[in-house]
Amino acid sequence: MGESPPRSADAGTGGTRVTQSHDGPAGASARVAEAPVSTRTPGGAGLGGGGALPRARAFGAERAFRGLTLAAGTAVLVIIAAIAVFLIAKAVPALRANTVNFWTFEGWFPNDPEPKFGIGALAFGTVLSSVIALLLAVPVALGIALYLSHYAPRRLGTALGFLIDLLAAVPSVVFGLWGRDYFSGPVADFSAWLNTYFSWIPIFGGDGPFGASILLGSLVLAIMVLPIITSLSREVFLQTPTANEEAALALGATRWEMLRTAVLPYGRPGIIAAVMLGLGRALGETIALALTLGITFNISVNLIENGGNTIAANIANAFGEANETGRGALIASGLVLFAITLIVNITARAIIYRRREFTESAA
Amino acid sequence: MKLQRHGTLACLALTATLALSACGSDNNEAASPSASGSSAAVDCATGTLNAQGSSAQKNAMAEWIKAYQQKCQGTTINYEPSGSGAGIQAFIAGTADFAGSDSALKEEEQPKADAKCVTGKAINLPMVIGPVAVAYNLTGVENLQLKPATLAKIFAGKVTKWDDAAIKADNPGATLPATTIQTVHRSDSSGTTDNFTDFLAKTSEADWTFGKAKEWKAPGGTGAKGSDGVASRVKGAQGTIGYMEWSFAENAGLGIAKIGNGAGEFAELTAESAGKTIAGAEITGQGDDLKMKIDYNTKEAGAYPIVLVTYEIACSKGIAADKLPLVKSFLGYTASSAGQSALTELGYAPLPETVRTKVEAAVKNLS
Repeated sequence: MGESPPRSADAGTGGTRVTQSHDGPAGASARVAEAPVSTRTPGGAGLGGGGALPRARAFGAERAFRGLTLAAGTAVLVIIAAIAVFLIAKAVPALRANTVNFWTFEGWFPNDPEPKFGIGALAFGTVLSSVIALLLAVPVALGIALYLSHYAPRRLGTALGFLIDLLAAVPSVVFGLWGRDYFSGPVADFSAWLNTYFSWIPIFGGDGPFGASILLGSLVLAIMVLPIITSLSREVFLQTPTANEEAALALGATRWEMLRTAVLPYGRPGIIAAVMLGLGRALGETIALALTLGITFNISVNLIENGGNTIAANIANAFGEANETGRGALIASGLVLFAITLIVNITARAIIYRRREFTESAA
Repeated sequence: MKLQRHGTLACLALTATLALSACGSDNNEAASPSASGSSAAVDCATGTLNAQGSSAQKNAMAEWIKAYQQKCQGTTINYEPSGSGAGIQAFIAGTADFAGSDSALKEEEQPKADAKCVTGKAINLPMVIGPVAVAYNLTGVENLQLKPATLAKIFAGKVTKWDDAAIKADNPGATLPATTIQTVHRSDSSGTTDNFTDFLAKTSEADWTFGKAKEWKAPGGTGAKGSDGVASRVKGAQGTIGYMEWSFAENAGLGIAKIGNGAGEFAELTAESAGKTIAGAEITGQGDDLKMKIDYNTKEAGAYPIVLVTYEIACSKGIAADKLPLVKSFLGYTASSAGQSALTELGYAPLPETVRTKVEAAVKNLS
């Protein structure tokens, strides 16, 4: 999705390359320089015969490859459809057996003789914890990405970028255990402080206990999505055409103004895509939240009191001892999570699509 | 030659590790001579066993499998702690040779499991006894004593302060702070919760109105995943109280409350006091089926009443011929006194002798 603008932009810079090459940043102009060469050199590869069309054999390969890609494309659809059918088939009996309203009941007891379970509190907790995690992570991640791409010395930038990527490789259970055993203490103290001075704001109200709260879960989540957002947006920022940056600088813009007028608008679709990927991870995070949240089944905007629950965490908690109805109920909750993720993704695509049109017409 | 040398080295290393691990804890040392003494009784069989189920007996199984495989070369026994429900499902589906479960087969599960056993039926063999500890974190208060009714009130949210009259009445002479009680319960569905709530429901009906279930149903409190999660949360904050498998409370170094029993005394949690409750339990199964009904109101002097019995579920008859010797041999080992005494260090209580002999006899009858 984010690839077509850079290509046209590179082509644009290609022409001006010669004039600016002496002071252009190494990364951008090196990439540009490779492209023209590579189109010229493969000329000798087999077009010697004066442009005669290749034999039908090539068309056979052409058709076969087309068929292969078509098959691959269809397979994805078939697999998704099969999964959907399976999930719905498993979920429907459980939903039928449910004796309370699936959307509003606050609790999850599908293994009882009279199954009772509701998704409301879980869905709310899922969205709340993810949104807060993003609110915490995105500014920091963009700051890191801008520093790495435009401020840090190149060598330091590469090293730091490597470290950030390393953070993405840490298993989520490690984050969860760390959050539960070590981070919950400071968060509890901080929450108590917030409660003392800001309890007039509902989200910091309540009278304890604090610690195993949405705040802790969101902080841990924020650390987990940080590397994803950082490394993606760093890549996007590095793709900014040097010409745009230098044009801004030439017009007398400061570093910060250059970032604001050239880099950020250019990278906006990429940033949104990165944030959405981060949100996807946050929505689906299972074990880290199952370990850090206080697991209660109520809808509350209070961020610092023990509590909170998410769909994925509930699946991790309830799956081991679930009976037939219990598993069906969990699958139904999985479908709701799927729907939430789908809505988020569609929204993101729509935003990116509109933005791209905007940036292209502006350019 | 070279290979042989490697073999010798490996043997040395193995012996060294064994010796070292034996030194690790005094109880193990006491247990190992008896274990090696009875090794003659274990007639080894070869092959592979796949079992799964209750996570409450995970540590016990791990210990037994390690010990058994050391005695009997060439056997592979896998135990996947996937949960009691999943274990029974796997047993019914035929993917588990035996299942570990926190509760005996239910009426609706029995026929499905029996169908797996050709001519025989699926039987419950009590094998691992896990006492449930009520651990607390309250500086300056040692030897906390709680009657079941007080415990029920605390976990139901009716008693919210540590210096409540009900707690004071149970602990004459103790100085209790006026802080809020934070209760911690399991957030995942578990046999521990099932037993704990069953205990509360049976002993203090008036104060506990949430019945028994694998999920925690009382309002309030904080959830934590797994016994280790509960232990970690209790350890992490002052004024907390939670229930967990015994070994986790011990490992976390938490204070364990004495619980009032039917005889009207406060019993400390020890392997013996937990065993007394099991010895007094009624066996409701027929024949070799040793399904038990624990009397939580036990009048037995000194009995610790909150005890979880976990079973191995196996076929009485109709075990596949290639698996039978190994099933009998392995379960025979776990039911032996050596097998049982190997568990005390892990926070389990050994089966009382009266029950153990029955289990051993039932295992011998498997065919």
